[in-house]
Parts: sequence; C-alpha cells; structure tokens
Amino acid sequence: MLLAVLSGFIFALFLVPFGKVLKGKWSILLSVLPLALFIFFLQKIPQVIDRAILERNQWVPQLGINLDFNLDGLSLIFALMITGVGTMVFVYTSYYLKGHVYLDRFFGFLCLFMGAMLGLVLSENLITLFLFWELTSISSFFLIGFNNEDPASRKSALIALSVTGLGGLCLLAAGLVIHGITDSFSIVDMLQSSTLIQDHSFFMAVVFLIFGAAFTKSAQFPFHFWLPGAMKAPTPVSTYLHSATMVKAGIYLLFRLSPAFSGSEFWHYSLWCVGGATMVYAAFQTLFRDDLKSILAYSTVSALGILVFLIGLGTEEAMLAGLVFLLVHALYKATLFLMTGIIDHAAHTRNVSELSGLRKVMLPVAVAGFLAALSNAGIPPSFGFIGKDLIYEASMHTGIFPLISTVALVSTNVMLLFAGFLAGLRPFIGPLPTKYKDLQAGSPRLWVPTLILATLCLVIGLAPGLISNSLIAPALVALGIQDYALELKLWHGFNTVLALSATTIGLGLGLFFLLKPSLNREELMLKWEKYSPLAFFEGLGSLTFRFSSLWTGLVQNGYLRNYILVILLFLMALIGYGMWGNFHPNIDFSQLLELTLYETGIMAIMLSAIVFTVFTGSRLTAVAAMGVVGYSLCLLFVFYSAPDLAMTQFAIDTLTVILFVLVLYRLPKYLPFSDSRVRVRDGIVALGFGGMITLLALGVLSNPVVSEVSEYYSANAYKLAKGKNVVNVILVDFRGMDTLVEITVLVIAALGVFGLMKLRLKSRERIR
Amino acid sequence: MEILLALMTGVLYAAGIYMILRRSLVKLILGLILLGNGVNLLIFLLGGITKGKPPVIPDGPAVLGEVFAAPLPQALILTAIVISFGLQSFAIVLIKRAYKVVKTDDLDEMNTTDENA
Repeated sequence: MLLAVLSGFIFALFLVPFGKVLKGKWSILLSVLPLALFIFFLQKIPQVIDRAILERNQWVPQLGINLDFNLDGLSLIFALMITGVGTMVFVYTSYYLKGHVYLDRFFGFLCLFMGAMLGLVLSENLITLFLFWELTSISSFFLIGFNNEDPASRKSALIALSVTGLGGLCLLAAGLVIHGITDSFSIVDMLQSSTLIQDHSFFMAVVFLIFGAAFTKSAQFPFHFWLPGAMKAPTPVSTYLHSATMVKAGIYLLFRLSPAFSGSEFWHYSLWCVGGATMVYAAFQTLFRDDLKSILAYSTVSALGILVFLIGLGTEEAMLAGLVFLLVHALYKATLFLMTGIIDHAAHTRNVSELSGLRKVMLPVAVAGFLAALSNAGIPPSFGFIGKDLIYEASMHTGIFPLISTVALVSTNVMLLFAGFLAGLRPFIGPLPTKYKDLQAGSPRLWVPTLILATLCLVIGLAPGLISNSLIAPALVALGIQDYALELKLWHGFNTVLALSATTIGLGLGLFFLLKPSLNREELMLKWEKYSPLAFFEGLGSLTFRFSSLWTGLVQNGYLRNYILVILLFLMALIGYGMWGNFHPNIDFSQLLELTLYETGIMAIMLSAIVFTVFTGSRLTAVAAMGVVGYSLCLLFVFYSAPDLAMTQFAIDTLTVILFVLVLYRLPKYLPFSDSRVRVRDGIVALGFGGMITLLALGVLSNPVVSEVSEYYSANAYKLAKGKNVVNVILVDFRGMDTLVEITVLVIAALGVFGLMKLRLKSRERIR
Repeated sequence: MEILLALMTGVLYAAGIYMILRRSLVKLILGLILLGNGVNLLIFLLGGITKGKPPVIPDGPAVLGEVFAAPLPQALILTAIVISFGLQSFAIVLIKRAYKVVKTDDLDEMNTTDENA
C-alpha cells in the first residue's frame, strides 16, 4: 500500500526529466497510473469486506510518527473515488489540454495530488494525515494557479491556499492535543479512547480545531468562498479536486473521527448548524448565477453542506445516507463538470443564457448531461433517487429538530435540482443558434469519460446491489456501525419519503421553468458582495499588509542609529529583567578612603576630556580631547601594573590622533544636525546603558575572580617558553597563531587604507 | 578604586553610545573609539586590578611571586587595542573618501544607494 501511495509522487518526479517526451500525443498513457491503482483497490474489496487491512511502516518511531496505512471500508470508498474519477480526468485532460506548453507540469501536479489524496484517506497516523492534507492544499494551489499569467487565477490560488492551509494547521494542532490526551498519534487508538477524549477538559478545543480543518477544506460557511474562486482552474482540476475528491477531505475527516466524538451535543449541534447554513445558503446562491462553473461550484458547496449536516445528525440512517450521497454526488458532479469543460472547449463560453440547442451537435454530451441532471434531481431510476430517499428518511427520524431539518433539506434539494437542470439540461434544449452550427463534441477522449461517469449514475440506481455489500457495508463498519440491516433499493412503496421526493421534483421543475437566467440577478448578488466573508477575508489580508509595512517602516527604517537604539533598548530591558531582584552587589566604600591624589587627578582629567569630546563644537578639539582620554587610560594602565598595555595604548593613541588630524582637517565644521529633543532622548538612553554597565561591573566585582588560566601562564612562562614578560609570552608563544592572524588583519586594513588613499576618482565622481 | 573605575567605564560607554547615535560620521567614529576604550577598561577591571606588580618575572626565580597582576586580560586587551586601531584607521580614511564623493558627513544624506541622491 505504501507503494500505491508513493506511486503518485514517484510518477511526478519521473515527469520532471521525461515529461517533455510524454506531453505530446502519448500523454494519454499517463492514465495507466490511476487505472492501475483503481484496479489495485478494486481487488482489495473482498479482503476489506472481511476486515480492515492495516499496514505499518516505520518512519520516525521515536516520535510516534509512522507511515501506517489503514484500508477499511471508508478509506476504500474514497480511494476508489480518487483513482476512478482520476482515471477519467487523466484521459480527459490528455485531450482537453492537448498541446499546452506545460502539459507535463500539469500532469505532474495531478499525480502529486492523487498521491497526497490517497495518503490522506489511508493514513492511520494523525501527523502523516496532516502532511498529506497540506500536500493536497499545495498541489491544489499550483493547479488553481495553473494559468499563472492571469492575475485573477493567481489571486484565487492564493486565497484557496491560505484558507485551506490555515485549516491544515488547525489539524496539526488538533493532532498534538489528541496526542497529549491519548499519548498516541494513531487514529485507531484515538477512536478506541472516545470516552477519555470526551471527558477531557480539552475536548472542546479538539473539536474546535477539527472543525477548523474540516470546514475550511470542505468549504463550509463562512469559509466557502475559496471554492467558487478556485473555479479559475482548468476544468479537469475543478472536476477532480473541487468537486469529487479534495473538498471531500474535510468530509472524510469528519466521517473518520465521528466515532470518537459522537454522543457529544457540541459535535452534533455544531455540524447541524454549519452544514445546514451552508447547504441552504449555497443552494440559494446558485439561483443567481449564470456561469456554468459558478453554478456547479455553489451546488458543490451546498452538497458538502448536506454531507456535514448528515454527519451532524449522526444516526445510523444519517451515516448511511451520507455515504451513499457521497458517491452519488461524486458521480453526477464530475459528469457535469466534464460536460461543462467540453462545452467551454467548443463554444468558448460557459454562460447558460447564451447556450442552447447543443444536443444537435454534441449528442453524447447531451445524454451525459441529462443523466447527471436526473441523478442530481433524484428522479427515479437514477442513483440520486436512492440517495435522496435515504437523506429524507434520516432527517425525519432524527432527534435534532426533525421538522426543520426536513424542510431545510427539501428546500435545498429544490434549488439544487434547479441548478442541476440549469447546468445539465439548459445548454442542450431549445433552438440551436447559427453561430454554434459547426460545433463538435470533440475527441472521444473528452466525451467517453463523461459518458462513463453518467452511465454509472444510472446503472447503480438500477442495481444498487453493486455497491451495497461491497462498499457501503464495510464503510458502515468502519464508522462503528455493526450489523446494520442494509438494503439499498429504488422502490420503497408509497410513504412520506416518496411524497417528499415527489414534492422536491415538482417544485424544482416548476422553478426551472419559471426562472430564466438573466444578468440582472447576478448584478443583484454583486451588490451584497461587500458584506460577504470573502470581502472580510480580503480586508483582513490587506490589513495585515498595511500593518506589516508600518511595522517594517518603524523597525527597518534604514537609519543606523535607530537600529542601534532598538538593540540597546532591548538589551537594557533584557539585562535589566535578569538583574531585577538578583542584584546584590557587595560594595566596599571604605576603599574610597585609600585613594591617592594621582588616582583622583587622572580620573578628573579623563572625565573632563570625555565631556569635551562629546560636547565641543569643533572637530579638532574633539579629536584632541579624545587623545587625552586615551592618554589617561594609558596612565591608568601604568598605575595598575600593565606596562605593555600602557606602551601599546600610547603608541596607538598617538597614531590615531595624527591620522585624524591629517585626514580630517579639511572637513567642514560640525553642524548641529539634530534638535534638542533627540539629543535628550539619546542622552537618556546612553546614560541608562552606561549606568547599567557600571552596575554590572560592580556586581561582577563582588564575586571572586577566577584566574586559573592566568596562573597557568605565569607558572609556565619561563619553564616552557623561556620568557620573563608573561604578557608577551602569551602573545607570541602560547597564542602565537592568534597573533599571526591578528597581524594579517592589520595588514589587510593597511592595504585597504593605502588603496583608498591612492584610488583615483573616476570621472563620474569628479564632476560632483 | 574599583568603584571609580566602574563608574568611569560607565561614563565611557555612555559617551560612546551617545556619539554613535549622532548623525555626523566623524562623531560616529569618535564614539566607536570611546566605546572601545570603555570595553578595554571593563575587561581590565574585571580581570582584577593590582597596584605596582606587573606580570614580569624578575631575574632569579623561574616563576612569579605570590601577588601579581593577571596577565591574561592584559594579553586580550593588547590584541583588542591593535585590532581596533586597524578598524579606526580604515574608517577614518573611508570617511575622507566618502566626504570627497558625496560632500557631506551627514549619515542621513548617505542613506540611499541612488546615484543622484
């Protein structure tokens, strides 16, 4: 199974060097990968019916992060959807994007996505689940932004990535909190310690984080806005990622974890609310759209809402309905998307108010669209009818407001039926405009996959036994529902559910015939755009940008002294915090009485020289005063037993002053650059820092000096190095290499000085 | 005496930082030199000061007497003085050069890479 998951990544890698060869007419060969995987998962069905297949691969066992895969009924449904729809999409793409410069890149992203998605649904480890989850977001980013010369495309990709990526981080956080509770990243362990989690004080946080992940990925209100935007992607991507597979990842997560959380009121009511709001809101939005993909996007959001709603209801019937509807939706929505792509490809428009009568030129596509619309509408004998039956049954027998639930579902379905007919039927009926006379359905590579998916909508409806025991029953077991008397069939006899279905169909058809697509309604909707979550999200984004540029201007403003100021203030705060309460210097003031005259005298000279250096208005005075400071220091070295230092300081100080005077005598006078306020501020900071250094020095001085190294050098200077001046011995013998490097540095500096002196100005500079 | 030296170190630090925060390039260099002196004094002070006992072995015995100034801080400071001289001389020449080109020693007017600034 590891190989099955990784094959997508391996294929993507393989496309990097060999993609050029495959992007021509051989690109259809790439469909072999999803097809092989589809067959691989298909032949696992008998085993899975028996019991789930668990495969363990160690990765980072020390941290409990392993590439463990668990193929049970639920994973299997998703895996088959991913690889099955994947096969159709791969075949379709090979013609749809025929001759595109970056076709190899496109297939690479698709393979990457497929691998990540398979990893996501098979992972048995929360951390690897998170990794694959983010990988799907990233590959989705590249696929949405595939037409990267279009700014709108790039923007949509970025929004989708930031929303779903943010959700992914919630998932990581949830995984860590769960690990804190159960001490394991394993999902199986987690599901088994359901009571432990539900009784824990962090339970609400876990549920909240899981919601954060699932709702962003599955485009639930108020995070739904990225999905309609993602329709900027080429149609195969919309089909594959944004209707059949990736957006279902959130649903998968909720399904997968529902055994651990079911029974908690917070879990059920939140899902009920969010799912309900999303399905009604998004279905309502479809009434105002006339772009085919836009209609389908909103109806997908609505369908995802229905799924979340059903998981919220949480009864066995609701779970069954959810699983069946998952398949129903994947089949008909993928068909409708593929069909849209064909129309777009041929007619170069997706506006339903312009399209009509296309059945005369592309019959196979019209048939596919019709079958999908039937399944979407839930008209017998389609698969959709079974799904809708189960949904109504679940909502009527639920413990959570059965009446409101049912009414909400019926009204959603009415509007979805309208959307499905609008997309699947409207372009094909009516008269054929003359400008579309020469249209063609295109290559069979386009319409055959579409038709296969559409036919499945019908075939499963007629023979639900195909999936009931092989797929749905094991999935129910995976959800913790054992021994459910499962019976999928078309005809249940005359009952309330049938009446509800009939009502839905009647109302939906009425809506379809009464409401004609027009531009006005779309404009009406645009007026509300500025109150939408998307606008809020964009506002938040631009606010972040403004804040960051303000902050950068404040901290990174290009003025050296401001950087120094910030560093100093931070350092003072840090050291001050460290010293606070721990500072007990032991100062012996009696030593002040032993001061000699020359000591005090030299201090007074030094202090006045420093004051002169800082405050004088003449550069020459400043340099001279600085020289005095250096000479005073030199005398201090003499007093306190450092003759070598005194000599060096004397020589260096003299040289510096001479150099200063020689070089700088021609500079203009000092200008009072800064105003007094700035000077006072700088003075306070400087004095504060100086004071802190004094305190630090006093603090250090009250501790005994450790002089082991000094003692070693003193003891061995004569014995080992035959030198009597210990300081010199250290420099030229013990640390001889250091001194050599130091001299090298000095030589480099001297060369630099020489170069700068001798450098001839270029003519450009001389003009100034 | 340690107290006075500690105070003097603080004063040198304060003066150095105040000068570094000025806009004039020359003042910046002067500040650097003052700060360097402050650092040297700090190291010297913290290594322990001793009056009149240089770490030089007198003729006769092979090792130093009981009380002597620590040689290690002195070796460190000596290195520091020499290196900072390299830095200072280079900086001084650089100021001169920069002044020739841009005709100012105001740091704010050198604040851009633009040729015509």
